Amino acid sequence: MKFLKSVRVVLSLLFFLPIVLFFIDFTGKLPTHLHQLLSIQWIPALLSLNFIVVLVLFVLSLLFGRIYCSSICPLGVFQDISSRKGGFFKKKNKKSRFNYAKPKNILRYSILAVTVIAFIAGSSSLVLLLDPYSTFGRITSQLFRPLAIWINNGLAYVLSGMGNYTLYKVEQVSFVPLAFSVSFLFFIIVAVMSWSKGRLYCNTICPVGTSLGLLSKISVFHISMDDSACNSCGACAKQCKSQCIDSKNKKIDDSRCVDCFNCLSSCKKDAIKFEYRYKKQNSAIQEDINNTRRTFLLASGAVLTTVALANTKKLISSNDSMLTRKPIMPPGASNLEHFNSHCTGCQLCVTKCPMQVLKPAALQYGITGITQPHLAFSTHIFCSYDCNICSSVCPTGALQRLPLEEKKVTQIGVAHFRKQKCVVFTNERDCGACSEHCPTQAVHMIPYKNGLTIPEVTEDICIGCGACESICPARPYQAIYVEGNETQVKAKKPTEAKKFNKKIDNFGF
Amino acid sequence: MKRRDFFKSAAIVGIASIFKTNALASAVADKKLAVHSEPDLVAVMGGQPAVMLNRALKELGGISHYVKKGQRVVIKPNIGWDKTPELAANTNPELIGTLVKLCKSAGASEVIVFDHTCQDWKKCYTNSGIEKAVIAAGGKMVPANDESYYREVELPHAVSLKKAKIHQALLDCDVWFNVPVLKHHGGAKNSISMKNLMGIVWDRGYFHNHDLHQCIADAATFHKRPALNIVDAYRIMKSNGPQGKSTSDVVMLKSLIVSPDFVAADTASMKLFSQVQPTDIKDVRHISLAEKLKVGTQNLEKLKVKRIKL
Repeated sequence: MKFLKSVRVVLSLLFFLPIVLFFIDFTGKLPTHLHQLLSIQWIPALLSLNFIVVLVLFVLSLLFGRIYCSSICPLGVFQDISSRKGGFFKKKNKKSRFNYAKPKNILRYSILAVTVIAFIAGSSSLVLLLDPYSTFGRITSQLFRPLAIWINNGLAYVLSGMGNYTLYKVEQVSFVPLAFSVSFLFFIIVAVMSWSKGRLYCNTICPVGTSLGLLSKISVFHISMDDSACNSCGACAKQCKSQCIDSKNKKIDDSRCVDCFNCLSSCKKDAIKFEYRYKKQNSAIQEDINNTRRTFLLASGAVLTTVALANTKKLISSNDSMLTRKPIMPPGASNLEHFNSHCTGCQLCVTKCPMQVLKPAALQYGITGITQPHLAFSTHIFCSYDCNICSSVCPTGALQRLPLEEKKVTQIGVAHFRKQKCVVFTNERDCGACSEHCPTQAVHMIPYKNGLTIPEVTEDICIGCGACESICPARPYQAIYVEGNETQVKAKKPTEAKKFNKKIDNFGF
Repeated sequence: MKRRDFFKSAAIVGIASIFKTNALASAVADKKLAVHSEPDLVAVMGGQPAVMLNRALKELGGISHYVKKGQRVVIKPNIGWDKTPELAANTNPELIGTLVKLCKSAGASEVIVFDHTCQDWKKCYTNSGIEKAVIAAGGKMVPANDESYYREVELPHAVSLKKAKIHQALLDCDVWFNVPVLKHHGGAKNSISMKNLMGIVWDRGYFHNHDLHQCIADAATFHKRPALNIVDAYRIMKSNGPQGKSTSDVVMLKSLIVSPDFVAADTASMKLFSQVQPTDIKDVRHISLAEKLKVGTQNLEKLKVKRIKL
């Protein structure tokens, strides 16, 4: 039985390391197929209606309990690492950090209920905030990734000074204070909780953990305690990261057990086993305390919170003046409603965007859409014509897959030209930087005066990539800028130039 | 010794008639054989990029005339766009690869290639085919995507662009070649050798804000001139430049124009270009502005021009 722990550790690392590296990779060298590791996360699979994955995860949980929490969920493994570090710094002879603790039922079930009810009522804000995978994505992309880039850039700077260009400088992740704060807050909560109390976060706050806990109460295999062999020494409880082994009463709270298998090797009496639940007449499954009153309180609380939340959302989305302009969603988002309700702000597309034009939103989508990606153009930063990475890695289906040819005609916004700000108008000098960068020539130059040319936009072939805005020299208010589409539509294909077929035999001079 | 002189002259005329070069003929006429009278501009038509480059360099005294043993060489193509070679948005990779190889064979200690691209630099380097060609030829691709690679220099003869941040690889090299592709350009009207200089500079935004053409001409006053401007006109982009939309914008001219003189190279290129897409060279204002700054001459009549058809 002791091998189970090793299997768990190996499995966890096999999931965790590629995910971390994939999020941190700023060179684009790791294969994009790795995103499939993220499609098998619970919330993304549910949101993208990936029935096969949902079924597999469901069966897995029904068979073995919370395997997802122990190995597949990156935030879970992150907590194990943090918890291990916590134990490392603890003095040996001090009292063990772990011991049986009562479940925080009211808290965890309330959070779960509110999240579910809110989602059904049409607000995915809590799912966005509490999905463990997305929380991990935010922490990695907002905290660890910038750190890795800093180190890389420092080394690249030193090396390039010596004429070595093996490493190159990478544009630092743009700092969005609100998105950073959310990520940092969760980092602190998760780190502190796991540092001192193991999987406390999983068993108290995480709605995925709580719901899988319900499943693992009836899972086919579970950790069981042999009453006759156990002498209540408590060795197992000291190893339990979930603090769910009550050795005095010889009971294990299955709903909080994350299948870490640490307890298996701790028992000198071999009283703890991972085994078939229904093999014989078991001591009847714990009867729950009469819950009617609690349930009533919980439900009414949940409903009230939901109504309050839904109203804030309305309030904010009606207040357009908060937005400087309509936000620009990544290609494949199809429409604002679909996008906002399916995106969990995991930051995967943000970290994979080679142009770094995708950034976590502050309040562009309202308060419920903090950290959902939007396009923010700045010098040399715009949506690349020949790229569809964001839509191909999105695990939640918020961005639907767009083949490259389709992406090239997906209009995410439309360029608007303000002549009064254009340098051709103000300085009476040639420029044309916008048209130069326009991949479809929706922005093209037409005769102005004195041999000068000035831009003009053909809106139905514009796809809103923002190349024109990114390069427009009129600052701080560009003469050409993109207004996002609330519903992404198909743009017309640009017409091709007339072919030149005559043969040229002379130099012309 | 009249007889000896006679034989000498006869031999020289004989050789000259084989090469059919005006330079040699006139050298004979002047009764002196000047080895260093290379043409000011060489134009080649009708071959593959590598063949035309070799031929043009032969006229100019060979690569060893420009690259000495142990020197550090920089080649600056146009790699501005994430486009394949067929679309003529970037300099022909075969041409760049051949030039790298030639520099290496002349004993260059290092051949560095870079461009400050307009799109994602890694994709531009890869999809232009230039990275592959350079590495295969023993050269080195260097990033130019960050301000820290650039150092500020003064341009005392400039009108508008008095200072510019130029890539350190170029500042530190011994000799460099400017290898643009001949293209239509929405903003600058045409992109040839002087326009290509925007890729050695960090802050291009300044150009667009402070009279694009003047700034381009100003950049050409940078004291460290390229040894040669090698204008790739194997495929040219006649319309929708500088990116182009499709191969309909591309015309196969199989030509190459080489000159150490920015203005002459651009003037000749414009004349070639105008046969496909009639363009008034006056509208490409940076050419005449550069001439005003004494960067070079538009008067091709005054120059020793060598035209070669293969």
